[in-house]
Parts: sequence; structure tokens; C-alpha cells
Amino acid sequence: MKEYNLNESYITDIPEKKALSTKNLQVYYGDNHAIFDANMDFPRYKITALIGASGCGKSTFLRCLNRMNDKVARVDGNIMYRNVDINSPKINVYEVRQHIGMVFQRPNPFAKSIRENIIFPLRNTGIKSNDELEERLEQSLRGAALWDEVKDDLNKSALALSGGQQQRLCIARSIAMHPDVLLLDEPASALDPISTSKIEETLQILKKDYSIIIVTHNLQQASRISDYTAFLHLGHIVEYNSTANVFTKPKMQATDDYVSGNFG
Amino acid sequence: MNAKKWDHVASGVIYTLVAAVILILVAILGYILFNGVPDISWHFLTSPAQSFSAGGGIRDQLFNSLYLLVLTIIVSLPIGLGAGIYLSEYASDNWFTDLIRTSVEVLSSLPSVVVGLFGYLLFVIKLNLGFSILSGAIALTFFNLPLLTRNIEESLRSVPNLQREAGMSLGLSNWKTTTKIILPAALPGILTGLILSAGRIFGEAAALIYTAGQSAPTVDYSNWNVFSATSFLNPMRPAETLAVHIWKVNTESVTPDANLISSASSAVLIIVILIFNLGARFLGNKLYKKITATK
Repeated sequence: MKEYNLNESYITDIPEKKALSTKNLQVYYGDNHAIFDANMDFPRYKITALIGASGCGKSTFLRCLNRMNDKVARVDGNIMYRNVDINSPKINVYEVRQHIGMVFQRPNPFAKSIRENIIFPLRNTGIKSNDELEERLEQSLRGAALWDEVKDDLNKSALALSGGQQQRLCIARSIAMHPDVLLLDEPASALDPISTSKIEETLQILKKDYSIIIVTHNLQQASRISDYTAFLHLGHIVEYNSTANVFTKPKMQATDDYVSGNFG
Repeated sequence: MNAKKWDHVASGVIYTLVAAVILILVAILGYILFNGVPDISWHFLTSPAQSFSAGGGIRDQLFNSLYLLVLTIIVSLPIGLGAGIYLSEYASDNWFTDLIRTSVEVLSSLPSVVVGLFGYLLFVIKLNLGFSILSGAIALTFFNLPLLTRNIEESLRSVPNLQREAGMSLGLSNWKTTTKIILPAALPGILTGLILSAGRIFGEAAALIYTAGQSAPTVDYSNWNVFSATSFLNPMRPAETLAVHIWKVNTESVTPDANLISSASSAVLIIVILIFNLGARFLGNKLYKKITATK
């Protein structure tokens, strides 16, 4: 593998309002330093893609943003959300995760009915009115472009859905919570191309209301759907810029090599 | 030899082994049922045992076995669930949990007669509980708990981690995730473990001889006062169970029809366990389908 100077990086300042910012974020798995000094701002109502080779730390970085790395890794530094450092031990992580939702690589609906998959976490947040629950159910399934396919089978098991439908159900389940930020960890990597394009269309609609951060190792996908792209290498954010610039006018040699396929 | 031939040979060996297992099982079950079932009658099931004359039944023993089983499960299931949930969902892997797991394993290989003697010394003598259903139930809890805990832990662990992450990412607490998502998904496995342990409890004799005792005093089935000495529900009375009865009839009984009683009792024991098994499986499936909404 080519050696790059990892102390150099190009991190753009975004003109948009910030949904999330990280300041000097470090992640350690035991003695293994996995993320070095991550400083970047995620824009509101945009899609930001995190790209990089396997093991570069993009998923680790993403999972810090709603504290999913608690008990797994040690995370130092600040993650600012609405002027609050959500990486502080005093923060109620359950509340953080209600504001910052997450969708995983493999679809993971609960072994419950489609309706319960969405309503059960909502009830947990204290919503009791049946009308509101039903409204959110429909709204979120429409938002995830799944409503027309399942509206007659809401009491059927979620496990009977296809992989692509399950993943859209997981997106619906997340957006039903009305989060601010949606984190997606390679949401389409286990799906066929048709389901993938459905999910991509869904994300384009969702970004009107949500700030989306997506990890992907599909470069075409990143260039198709995202507004900003961050390229990570060996735990360092090497370059962060608008997607057009990252793919057409990369500032760093490593980024250039990676997006043009000359990497490694 | 080529791969196809090897495959044939391997399949043949496996089929033979499976056939051997089934054959042994069918032979034992068949023998017991064949010898016992013809002697089971309504009279046999509903009349008290006789010490010296023929024609005794197993009414009290059968009831004692069932009652003891229910009590044991009431005592051991909450403890087993708590320990299983702790080990699988809360405890981190360190020397302490290793120690717990090792202890559980050692405890599970303890011979039941040792558990019985321990129960005799501690509950019957030291704590003054006497030969009683309660002493028996606590001894059986000792005997049952390790395997039950282990089983519950394994059932919970076999639920994919993705489910836990889903719960966490939606802001559910660890407790909510465990009780509302992981536990329902693990229910069929837990239920199977519970049935297996119920069978073990129902058929256990050695641990009970020294704790629940070998006498079945006449009890009044219309007396529902738990604290009355003659009530069938009184947990402080001595109680000979079906399995103990079989052992006793075969070793020290002087009834002329001892052979008949022991073979018929064995058949009843097996049939009851079969009923548990099928019944609990049926209920478990129904429950699982209701929770998961699968058809």
C-alpha cells in the first residue's frame, strides 16, 4: 500500500447550519487508536457520505455520533449537537438516540408485526394517543416509500417482508421517532440494485426534513446521493468537501487515488 | 474412493447412528408403556396407596408430584430468569462472570443424591422444615437451577445482536430492549428448556427421598386452607412423589401387587411427561406466533 502523509488533511468549512460537529474526536479499542482527531461539521438537511476502504474507521466514526460505541470503545473529544456536548458522560444516551436515529447494514426489524415495529418504540417515548400513533405509523411508512406495499398487511410479521422492504421498514421505524439526524451504516450493501435505488430515492426525499449521514463503500452511490463527502483513511479524515469537489477536484493525493481507483 | 462414494458412506453411518438412538428410545418407551398401560385404570389413578394389601392406587403420589413440580418452577423460574438475563445481557466478560459460569456448571453436574443429602442436612434438620414439600421444592431448585439458568442464558444469547442494536438505536433502555425484544424472541428456547427441566423434576427421586420424605399421609382434597395440616395444599406436609413411590414399591414394599404398581406408575410418569412436552410446545408456539405476528 502506498504511504500517505496522514498529518495533512483538507477539511472544508461548511456554509450551511450545522447538524452535528465533532471536535478532536478520538476513538480507542483497548490500545488500538481507531480514529485520530476527527474535526468536522455535518450540515443540516443535506446528505453527507463517509467513504473509505474497509477498516478505515468510517463505521466506528458514525457509531460515535449517537453513542452506539458506549461499552464497545473509548471515545474522547466533543460531539456538539445543538450546543450540547453529547459525548459527555452526564448526557442521557437514550434521549440522544431518540434525536439521532440509526439504520444498520443488515435489516434488523423486531420479530413483531409491522405495526408494532414502529409503534412500540414510539410508545416508549411516552406517546399514548392511538390517533397520533396511527398517524405517525402511516406518515413514517409513506416517508420510507413502503406504505403502498404494506398498508393492507400492517399486522403481519415484519420478518415476512423482503430484505429491501425490511430495510425501508427500519428507516421508517427511525423516522417515526422524528429524529433530527439520521445515521445510515451502509444501508444498501446487503440489498439488490432495485431495492438500493428505492432506498436512494427515499433518502433524497428524506433530506428535506432530516440531516442524513451515510457510510457507504459504494463510490457511485456516494457521488449520486450525497451533497458532502468525507474520505477517511486509517482512522484519519483526509478530505472533507462538497461531493462534486471530492470526486472531480480532490485536494489530497490519497483521495485522488481512492476515487479514481488507484488505491492500495 | 471418490467424493460421491464417501458421501454415501458418511450418510449411511449417520443414518445408522440415528436409527440406533431412535431404536433405544422406542424400545424403552415401548417396554414401559406396554407393561404399564394395561394396568392403568380410573381406580388406580384415584385411590390412595395401600401398604400391605393389593389394589392400591397412586392418587396422592401423582398429585404430590404435580404440586412439587409447580412449586419448584415457581421458586426456580424467577431466579433462573434473573440469573440468565444478568449473564447474557448485563454482565461483562471478566473473571467474576467466568466464576459464576464455572460454578453453575459444577453445580449442574452434582449428583442428585448429594443435593438430596445436602437438602436433608440444611432444610430438613438445620432449618427445621422437616420432611416437607417445601424442603423438596428447594432441593429440586438447587438441582434444577444450574441447567435452567444455563439454558435461559443460551436462549437469550442466540438472539442476534442486531436486535439489541436496533433497540438501543431507538432510545430503548437496556431493560426495555431485554424484556420487550430479546426475551420474546428467545421464548421458544426458554420454554423448551423449562419443559426439559420439568421432566427432570417430575422424574427425580433421589433428591426427594431425603427432603420431601417417603410417606404420603392421607390428605383432604376439599380442604383449601394452605395452613391446615390435612390440606392437600399444605407445603409443610411430607409428600411421597410418584418417582419415589416407584423406588419404594420396588425396594421395601410388601404389597403383593408391587410389580403391577411400579410398572403402571412408570407408565403414568412417562405419559404425564409426554403431555407436558407436547402441551408446552403447543402453547409456546401459539405464544410465539402471537408475539411475533407470524402465521
